[in-house]
Amino acid sequence: MTDQTTQPTSVASPSARPSSGTGGMLGLTKKDSTLMLIVFGLVMLAPFILNPFPEGSAMAQFNAGYPDLMQRFVIFGIFAIGFNILFGLTGYLSFGHAAFLGVGSYAAIWSMKLVTLNVIPGILLAIIIAAAFSFIVGFISLRRSGIYFSILTLAFAQMSYALAYSVLTPITGGETGLQIKNTDTPLFGGPTDGSIGRANLFGAEMGNSFELSLGNWLFTFNLGYYIAAAFMLIAFYLSIRIFRSPFGMMLRAVKSNQQRMNYTGLTPKRYTLWAFIISGAYAGLAGGLMVAMDTQVGPERMFWTASGEVVIMTILGGAGTLMGPVLGAGFIKYMENIISKINKDILHEWFAFMPDGLEDIMVSVVYPFIGKGWHLTLGIMFMLVVIFLPGGLVEGGQRIAARFRRNKNAD
Amino acid sequence: MSKSNFTRRGVIKTGAVGGAALALPQYLRADGHAGFTNAPGDSEVVLGFNVPQTGPYADEGADELRAYELAVEHLNGGGDGGMLNTFSSKVLDGTGILGREVKYVTGDTQTKSDAARASARSMIEKDGAIMITGGSSSGVAVAVQALCQEAGIIFMAGLTHSNDTTGKDRKANGFRHFFNSYMTGAALAPVLAANYGTDRKAYHLTADYNWGYTTEEAIRASTEAVGWETVNSVKTPLTQTDFSSYIAPVLNSGADVLVLNHYGGNMVNSLTNAVQFGLRDAVANGKNFEIVVPLYSRLMARGAGANVKGIYGSTNWHWSLQDEGSQAFVRSFGTKYGFPPSQAAHTTYVQTLLYADAVTRAGSFAPCAVAEALEDFEFDGLGNGKTLYRGSDHQCFKDVLVVRGKENPESEFDLLEIVEVTPVDQVMYSPDHPQMGGAEASLGECNNGA
Repeated sequence: MTDQTTQPTSVASPSARPSSGTGGMLGLTKKDSTLMLIVFGLVMLAPFILNPFPEGSAMAQFNAGYPDLMQRFVIFGIFAIGFNILFGLTGYLSFGHAAFLGVGSYAAIWSMKLVTLNVIPGILLAIIIAAAFSFIVGFISLRRSGIYFSILTLAFAQMSYALAYSVLTPITGGETGLQIKNTDTPLFGGPTDGSIGRANLFGAEMGNSFELSLGNWLFTFNLGYYIAAAFMLIAFYLSIRIFRSPFGMMLRAVKSNQQRMNYTGLTPKRYTLWAFIISGAYAGLAGGLMVAMDTQVGPERMFWTASGEVVIMTILGGAGTLMGPVLGAGFIKYMENIISKINKDILHEWFAFMPDGLEDIMVSVVYPFIGKGWHLTLGIMFMLVVIFLPGGLVEGGQRIAARFRRNKNAD
Repeated sequence: MSKSNFTRRGVIKTGAVGGAALALPQYLRADGHAGFTNAPGDSEVVLGFNVPQTGPYADEGADELRAYELAVEHLNGGGDGGMLNTFSSKVLDGTGILGREVKYVTGDTQTKSDAARASARSMIEKDGAIMITGGSSSGVAVAVQALCQEAGIIFMAGLTHSNDTTGKDRKANGFRHFFNSYMTGAALAPVLAANYGTDRKAYHLTADYNWGYTTEEAIRASTEAVGWETVNSVKTPLTQTDFSSYIAPVLNSGADVLVLNHYGGNMVNSLTNAVQFGLRDAVANGKNFEIVVPLYSRLMARGAGANVKGIYGSTNWHWSLQDEGSQAFVRSFGTKYGFPPSQAAHTTYVQTLLYADAVTRAGSFAPCAVAEALEDFEFDGLGNGKTLYRGSDHQCFKDVLVVRGKENPESEFDLLEIVEVTPVDQVMYSPDHPQMGGAEASLGECNNGA
């Protein structure tokens, strides 16, 4: 992450544009390729990094290296990366991005129910449908800016939610949502023995895992995770390229002064609409991947709180930075899945070494912040970050890095 | 420098591991030889309690969790044993399940299918839970049930009343003890006919989602069978909090009964609105105007306050029941928590006991063996009288309670009185009933997982 620290400044100057072949790879500057490599390493080694505590120890509660959560990390990472292309670069705050995720999910599950259980067509369809839907929403919403734009997108998202929840029940399954059933007969390669079809990639099922046991440690390498991770790396790479491209420059210009852009003879809407469609397609990709990993869709995926969540992810991590949204997404999903599962019994186990009276006091002090109180903990963290680290978690990383560098210089 | 070394090694390492993962398309686990997912070790077994701890049904979730903790305590030999003493099957002896101590993990469904599935998957993948139970909404129950079917885990549904859970969305690995919309209709209609006459005209307000649809369908079918006429039915958005605009047209519609197919906060608000509009004092077609609430819960009765007085509805179980099992449960729950349990607490407590009992009788934790032990299992002493776990759709068949809001409640828990205990024969239906998905609905094959 240290290598990221200087990004925001260098990004702003046009001289940072990469000329392929000088020091970096894949058309990235040296710094960007290092960042890309670090992300690649982190993503590939996630099963190790996220499972630092041995099985059965008290700390094992904090392990996050199981397939479902790892998949969620990268999928919501993609969602947030896409959102950041719109919000981080143009400053347009969309409050309805969950709608594109939801639309992508419904597209993917229908592809699996009707066409094939292979995930690739489903994911592609999800991207296409979400992009098309975001074109419509964007075309209308981008006629306004600022708060009016946010409200318009919010209205579209809530409309989609309401449609999926009740009006379109025959297509969306209503509140119950859609799942793959044993009565489904996809055109290609459905199960013939009456069992429920599973999402697969040319026959390899998403749930397939390889478990590696080293001493007390257990590491799970899940096929679904690595497929989602591959998509995430592509998404991340594209996001770097967009950030460094002339197109990205234009998007920043929209953010800094749209009027000036108008006077220069440029049409901001052309750029913002493309940014909107791209970020909608990212959301669709995330939605398609969610279905590929866990073959179920429900309408609450499009609820406004889900749209709000991606805003919080982006701001918490650091809007406008490359790594920020991914960190924010990981942070929130970790809180939601790990903190919410700690219950009173576990607390009593932790504080068992204390004398009885003190143990009860400690438990009652900590209890409001865990289990059902995870929202409270998340809220406090969010407040602290916004107040003390306006640039998000990335700024925190930068400050720590700066401290280290200073110390080094002092030596 | 050290960083790039780390990365290069990482690339090679994960490349190798990733290759191995692709080459080994089986779900390998240390205990893979046991032949089913998450086979427990010799000393303990983990159950997953997946309930809403936040969101609209958080109160019900909290009560479910209390009941689960009580059940675990009783299974492990703690407390006074509760319903273990009254249960007709006597294989549970307070030494856990098959000699293994019962441990549990909890999760928050947030009453969202996505969050519920995430939580259930983490219980299965991370905590090694052998059984998942809970839920306080049919959408969530259906979603988690499908997940458990796929993963090869037994799912014991909590509070879910929609026909779909054991109707068109039934699954071989899923079981429901709670009653359903059809049973509500079948139990309620005769009582309504007896009290309000057989020539009534009903107006339905229905929450616009799956549970609302199945409940309306069930109530319509059974009230029309006793001679009622349905004048109109209007769908209301789930997020609606003010129902005045829906209530206003009711009086002039020619109807003389209002059926509120609403649950939770919806019902509290719509009932309050209806009473404020003076519907209860109104006279239509020469008869007193009446209101019916198909599914009651204590929490709703408390929310609606004095408005529930005299209003009919149905419920799965009520703490004032006088049979031995109910009394034993109310006693141990009351001793531990200081107030009587709700119907959500009852059904989840019973489900946990039923699962433990089925495992013990089967002599195995393997889901297919457990399912076989539960199918067509007849039992008694768990509160609802003689009960059958029907094998063809995994639904429990038992007496249904028709209740009425009490005129003079003595405490905040004493809001409902039992009007009639509808015998099980009256609420029985065939597994291929059209309301239950017809002939197409099938359980599928039971799944043991890996």
